Amino acid sequence: MAAPASSCRAADPVIDVQAVYKSFDSVEAVKGVDLCIMEGEFTAILGPNGAGKTTLVEMIEGIQQPDQGSIRIMGLPWRGNEDALHRIMGISLQETRFVDRLTVFETIRLFAGFYDLDNGRVGEVIHMTGLGEKRNAYVVELSGGQRQRLALGLALLNHPAILILDEPTTGLDPNARREIWSILLALKKQCRTSLVLTTHYMEEAEQLCDRIVIMDGGKILAQGSLDQLLENHCAGKIIAFSLEPDVDASDAAWMGGPFTVRWDPDQRKGSFAVTQIENDLPAFIDYLKARQWKLKDMECRRKTLDDLFISMTGRRLNE
Amino acid sequence: MNKRIHTGQFTRLFAAHFKEIIRKPEVIFWGVIFPILMSLGLGIAFTGKGDIVRTIAVIETGMRPDPAGIPAGAIDGFLERHAEKIPARGRHPARYRIDLDNENLGRTTFYFIPTPWEEARTLLKRGNLNVIMEEAAGRIQYHFDPLNTDAQLTYLKLSAMFTDNRAEIPASRDEGIRPLALDGTRYIDFLIPGLIAMNIMMSCMWGMSYGTIEKRSRKLLRRMVATPMRKSHYLASLMAVRILMNFIEGVLLVVFAWLMFDVSIQGSIIAVLAIFIAGNIAFGGIAMFTSSRTASTEAGNGLINAIVMPMMVLSGIFFSYHNFPDWSIPLIRILPLTMLTDGIRGVFIEGAGIPGIALPAGILTAIGIFFFSIGLKIFKWH
Repeated sequence: MAAPASSCRAADPVIDVQAVYKSFDSVEAVKGVDLCIMEGEFTAILGPNGAGKTTLVEMIEGIQQPDQGSIRIMGLPWRGNEDALHRIMGISLQETRFVDRLTVFETIRLFAGFYDLDNGRVGEVIHMTGLGEKRNAYVVELSGGQRQRLALGLALLNHPAILILDEPTTGLDPNARREIWSILLALKKQCRTSLVLTTHYMEEAEQLCDRIVIMDGGKILAQGSLDQLLENHCAGKIIAFSLEPDVDASDAAWMGGPFTVRWDPDQRKGSFAVTQIENDLPAFIDYLKARQWKLKDMECRRKTLDDLFISMTGRRLNE
Repeated sequence: MNKRIHTGQFTRLFAAHFKEIIRKPEVIFWGVIFPILMSLGLGIAFTGKGDIVRTIAVIETGMRPDPAGIPAGAIDGFLERHAEKIPARGRHPARYRIDLDNENLGRTTFYFIPTPWEEARTLLKRGNLNVIMEEAAGRIQYHFDPLNTDAQLTYLKLSAMFTDNRAEIPASRDEGIRPLALDGTRYIDFLIPGLIAMNIMMSCMWGMSYGTIEKRSRKLLRRMVATPMRKSHYLASLMAVRILMNFIEGVLLVVFAWLMFDVSIQGSIIAVLAIFIAGNIAFGGIAMFTSSRTASTEAGNGLINAIVMPMMVLSGIFFSYHNFPDWSIPLIRILPLTMLTDGIRGVFIEGAGIPGIALPAGILTAIGIFFFSIGLKIFKWH
């Protein structure tokens, strides 16, 4: 679980986003966001596709300019400080495709050249990202996970004080995802880097980050540590269940019952929030018995970020 | 310190661009092998003294078969006397053959195919032949497109043969043919400078433009400018690699043409280099401009074609543009590819030196710098 606020922190924010708006043609991608990232803090921006995460981080990265509002990195605005800020920042964009027929080593060395770094640092990064065996393989031959590790390695080349990763693990299998996580967790131990990562995997936010920012529709809906979020927004528990196939339950059948059930008629699964599991669970069982509906399975659990997200937006994170 | 950073960036960018290019097998094919094949094919087709074959349809006179097998009429009579009769075999119908040999002109073979009108028309439309002969009211009539010079030539030769009633053409009598053997007057001498110019244009437009558009669509440009990389170094290294590649490709083509066809450079080598570099600057600039905004490779494709195709057709790469209407010649002459082609040709064939190419080289450089600076201003890195 997430570590509480650590001793890495200092007083001044490394990233200070104030009242930022950004539109593309008719789409308002970011609608008034304030965000403060402290030194050494690992922050996840969690939200579904189209939430405005990428636009927000690209403005922090200096790639997009906000229509309104201000962004300061280490107290400096982007305008006029591009070179200095590029040197302290490491980024990985959503899906960059590098040159197919350069090797891993050549690609990293090319980028190292931009920071005036020698081959020693190239070797370190290859080692850190576990790409030693692929050192002389063409980029086009790498797997999805290896490509993401290469992108991460390039972001880490210049020992960045600020690391910004846009969906670093999207589309990867669980193993490849864990490999990325372990590189980032090792970095976290050193307390020298502040990280902002966007993701739509709740688990990723929980595993890596001190602070979670939940975003949807261009706005920040909630933020805090995992525990704070759950405590403030997710009091209570969830009962989730599914019914035997022969049970004749429909949306209408749940109407007017004592429980506000989210019912999925295709999968025949339902869930609802309760405050007092000791009281509500027997009541629910009685309710089923009275209708002679047979349970296939059932679980009672604490609310998760996913439940929080559903309650705030009516959608699931992965939709 | 600062200087070291910058040269380091430039050399690494240069190395990366260079490796990216030479590791694509298609680059070697289109850049090196294709121009050589083209010069070989066209050079042999237009320079060799190979046999010339002319096929003529002869409209059959009557439907009734001749019992004696001896046809009447001027054409048939002539063919019976002078031509060798070849029976139908495979795809070829029965036909008559006349070979005319000449020391200077090589061998010309005439095939006469007796055929009804319908069939003759089909053969004409398919381009199998371009003259149809018919005998009507005791006179020989020739049907052909008067705008087709090749058909005219065939007609003149046939007409001479049939008028004299000899299986000869006037030229065969060797009335003083003196083949031109001056350097630089053959088709291949005309072609090679054109191919070099075309290669410069194609490789700048497709190599630089398309490569840049592709990097933009892959978000690689965006990633690279999020580092302290100097944008000018990126563009300059791209250009430098392209000039180097074009130089290698050009040298290989010239060496090949020299070995194979004895093509030589009549004028000054320095002048060739000057116009070559000017051409690279011109097309490098145009390529930069072309690729400055779009992130879609499809749109890029269309854009590049729209620029390249007109010049390919108009600028006289393969055949002289003097065949185009007079009013269009001044327009054609100001196309960058025309200037480059004429400049290189001037040095290769006419023996021009620096003064001869100074103006076109200057204009080409100016064109390049003009488009380069506009392209750089509006260049979209993100």
